[in-house]
Amino acid sequence: MKKILIVDDEPNILMTLEYAFKKKNYLVFIARDGQEALDLMHIEIPNLVILDIMMPEVDGYAALHAMKENPLLRNCKVIFLSAKNQESDIEKGLLLGADAYVTKPFSIKKLLEKVENLLVD
Amino acid sequence: MNSITLLIILVLYLGFLFAIAQWAEKKSNNKWTNNAYIYTLSLAVYCTTWTYYGSIGVAANSGVNYLAIYLGPVMVIPTWILILKKIIRISRVNKISGIADFISLRYGNDRFLGALVTVICVVGILPYIALQLKAISETFHIVTQTADTIILKDTTTYVAIALALFTSYYGTRYVDASEKRKGIVMAIAVESFLKLVFFLTIGIFVTFFAFDGFQDIFNQASLLENFSEKNSIGDFSQAINWFLLCILSLFAIFILPRQFHVSIIENNREKHIKTAIWLFPLYLLLFNLFVYPIAWGGNILFEGNPVNADMYSLYIAQLFEQQWLVLLVFLGGFSAAISMIVVSTIALSTMLSNNLLIPYGFIGKLQSDKQEKNSNRIVRSRKIGIFSLIIVAYFIFRYFALDYSLVSIGLISFVIIAQLAPSFFGALFWKRGSAKGAIAGIIVGFLICFYTLLVPYAIGISTLENHFISDGLFGIEILKPFQLVGLDYLEPVPHALFWSLLANFFIYYGVSISFKGNYRERNYAEMYVDIDKYISNHENAFIWKGTAYKADIEKILNRFLGEERTTRALRIFNVKYNIDNDTTMADARLIKFSENLLTGHIGTASAKILIGSVAKEDQISLPEVLRILEESKENILLNKKLTETSNELQKLSIQLKEANETLLKKDKQKDDFLDTVTHELRTPITAIRASTELLYDDDEIPEDIKKQFLQNIITESDRLNRLIDQILDLEKFETGKQKIYLSENQITKTFEKVINPLKQLLNNKSIQVNTHFEIEDFKLLYDEERIIQVFTNLLSNAIKFCSGNHAKIDIYFYDKVEYIEIAVSNFGKPIPEDDLLTIFDKFYQSNNQNIKKPIGSGLGLAICKKIIEAHHGKIWAENSNATVTLKFTLPKRY
Repeated sequence: MKKILIVDDEPNILMTLEYAFKKKNYLVFIARDGQEALDLMHIEIPNLVILDIMMPEVDGYAALHAMKENPLLRNCKVIFLSAKNQESDIEKGLLLGADAYVTKPFSIKKLLEKVENLLVD
Repeated sequence: MNSITLLIILVLYLGFLFAIAQWAEKKSNNKWTNNAYIYTLSLAVYCTTWTYYGSIGVAANSGVNYLAIYLGPVMVIPTWILILKKIIRISRVNKISGIADFISLRYGNDRFLGALVTVICVVGILPYIALQLKAISETFHIVTQTADTIILKDTTTYVAIALALFTSYYGTRYVDASEKRKGIVMAIAVESFLKLVFFLTIGIFVTFFAFDGFQDIFNQASLLENFSEKNSIGDFSQAINWFLLCILSLFAIFILPRQFHVSIIENNREKHIKTAIWLFPLYLLLFNLFVYPIAWGGNILFEGNPVNADMYSLYIAQLFEQQWLVLLVFLGGFSAAISMIVVSTIALSTMLSNNLLIPYGFIGKLQSDKQEKNSNRIVRSRKIGIFSLIIVAYFIFRYFALDYSLVSIGLISFVIIAQLAPSFFGALFWKRGSAKGAIAGIIVGFLICFYTLLVPYAIGISTLENHFISDGLFGIEILKPFQLVGLDYLEPVPHALFWSLLANFFIYYGVSISFKGNYRERNYAEMYVDIDKYISNHENAFIWKGTAYKADIEKILNRFLGEERTTRALRIFNVKYNIDNDTTMADARLIKFSENLLTGHIGTASAKILIGSVAKEDQISLPEVLRILEESKENILLNKKLTETSNELQKLSIQLKEANETLLKKDKQKDDFLDTVTHELRTPITAIRASTELLYDDDEIPEDIKKQFLQNIITESDRLNRLIDQILDLEKFETGKQKIYLSENQITKTFEKVINPLKQLLNNKSIQVNTHFEIEDFKLLYDEERIIQVFTNLLSNAIKFCSGNHAKIDIYFYDKVEYIEIAVSNFGKPIPEDDLLTIFDKFYQSNNQNIKKPIGSGLGLAICKKIIEAHHGKIWAENSNATVTLKFTLPKRY
């Protein structure tokens, strides 16, 4: 079973994603900010992380940066999921090493497809 | 005291002064060496042995007459603030190194005039230096109680030689004579201080120890013969004598080479004059305080036992067998003498080399391409100059000047120097004055002095009864040297002064207006008289037409300044006038600039000659000069206006820039605001969309989850709505559309209206709320609806952030006399220090990065701030002991 970590500070968004991914038979972990996510990843290395950017304390960029520093986490797939939808934001996210960038509001169906594709490779 | 002891003391004293000079030279910009007090004390080089000993002699023999010499300066000193400042400015920009430079440059940089002024100064001052040496010698003999013997056996000869060697070494450390000599000035200042202190010491001794105060001296003195006769100012003719002596000393304080040197050349800051104009008269006053008591004390003590009244101060100290006092008095007099000798000989030798020697021939010896060689030659010539001046003065003293009192020789010096007064003051204030006028005036004035003073005195020295004085030249009555044209009520010195200056002045004036001067004179006249206009770019005021190559000029500069200084100076010049480095031709400004650079080394006249040797100058007619001057005046005016305009423009552009920056900042803030608003709006929409999508696509959702999703949609829609309300609220406040409706309310009642509906929620979350009313229940004026909004926001904020097992919120109401203060605090994570203020900005973002999630609704606190400010209150946040407190105030009187 593929492990997915969903990181977002909005409980309602978290709830829908958790439900949707569990339904597709992923092992789902959730975290409410970057720090919580990093702590979790040290216990359970996920196959893919869905990462919000604007979060209190450790934000998405910082979390991704920390992951890239850690050899164990470096190869996890990462999808940024953010309301920041400017081209420059997307570019910045991808340059940091994210595998995909999905803007909010998003279609769950498409997000699921993207995750599936990323995990097939 | 024997000679050897005194010599050792002298050597020690000189060593002490030398050490001070060395120290000051090293710390030349120290506040101890470069200040108005040192400047003022150095001006006191005016008080020589003539003051120190001679005044006493005059006071003893002729009462208050000695005062005239100090009244003149005191009368004129207030004008220093204008005149001295002007002279200092002219000298600074033209790199002037002495009075000969100053006068000759003004009259078209006339070589002959410079030489003439030099000769007048040397003739006038040499006897004066001799006078100082005489005083040293006489006092030396009095102290050691020896008699003077033939020149080679006399100890004072060796003192003079030592002094000559010391001065010639120390006075010529710089080739550039316009350079400041901080060491010398410091030593002079110290000497001025000491001579005053020593003089006051003997004064106090005589007045209060030898006698019982001023009254006692006066009482005893009034019993002496001739007392009242000697102490009356006398009749009208006496008053005129007095007046003329005042005029004489008034000129002297400006023109004496040593005064010109210390007050102009060695002036470091113009503002030092401000101190000097009160402190220097005070110094003179202090110096004169005890002259009278000492003089008449001496008259009483030595009645019927005549000794030289000039030396009363020493004799009295000896009479009372106070060796230490004798020594102090002697050292004070010695200080007065050597400071005069040192400064005078430095000034004279500079003039001799720069205005006489170099321009008349010696310049041919300065052809070497090596700067060191030329500089050494110049310095050596000045060393020899100083040395010979002192030695010659010593011979004058030994062979001619033994018979006269200190004062009479001093006054003759003054009269000779005063011949420079018309052309000197004319230079400052009158543009028409010409070189011809100046030269003719000085020569005639000097000849009259020669006839009315020098010749009679020279004859008097030989002590032969002479018909020349009693009957006049060839027996012609009106040619009697002391009573020219029958003017018989003046004493010799005022008499000579009167006639010589009268003739000098009218000839200077007459010749100047009768003959056309050359264009260079007119040019410098403009630069002198209107110096304030040209102070910052005086090179512009110099008129010169012709051809000259920059390279040639550079070569000459190299010869005297060395390559490094030349290159540096030219670079500064190019920057100042914005001139391309590659320019090959020199313009008027460079000519003037280069002349200035050379002036300090070789004097104005030689500088002109040298630069003239490589610059082919075209003749300009006087009318053309006048036209150019007029134009340049206009240009300068125009320039001034342009500068003003450009300053204004610059100011405007700075303002524009600032405005632009503010706009940009506002723009950025607006962008950030929009960014955050869209993010804030998108978040609930995202949640709604996700929930809806799942509900739509997935028929198998369990009932409870389905309910949860639907609940999500409702909450998020509410949130969306609230957000939109807040944005609109804030917008209204910012554009001023939001009105505050004041009414009388009770704050506690208003608070209850907020807290009561929340009680259920707080219970559910098990948050404890404590209210502390430390306030009388009175009515306040405020907009209740808005204050409710504030309470709601602050409470929801507190609820959101209170943490811990025993979550607790405290609300305090304080009465602060002028206003009430309300605090809402909760246990929780402290707000970072940096953010204490920014949390009240709309969509507060920590650290200015828009990646962190805004706390709270983002707009709640911003709205609170607007509301409180609209009520003239304040709102702020504080952290303390794991408690976060938000406070606001409401004024009692609106």
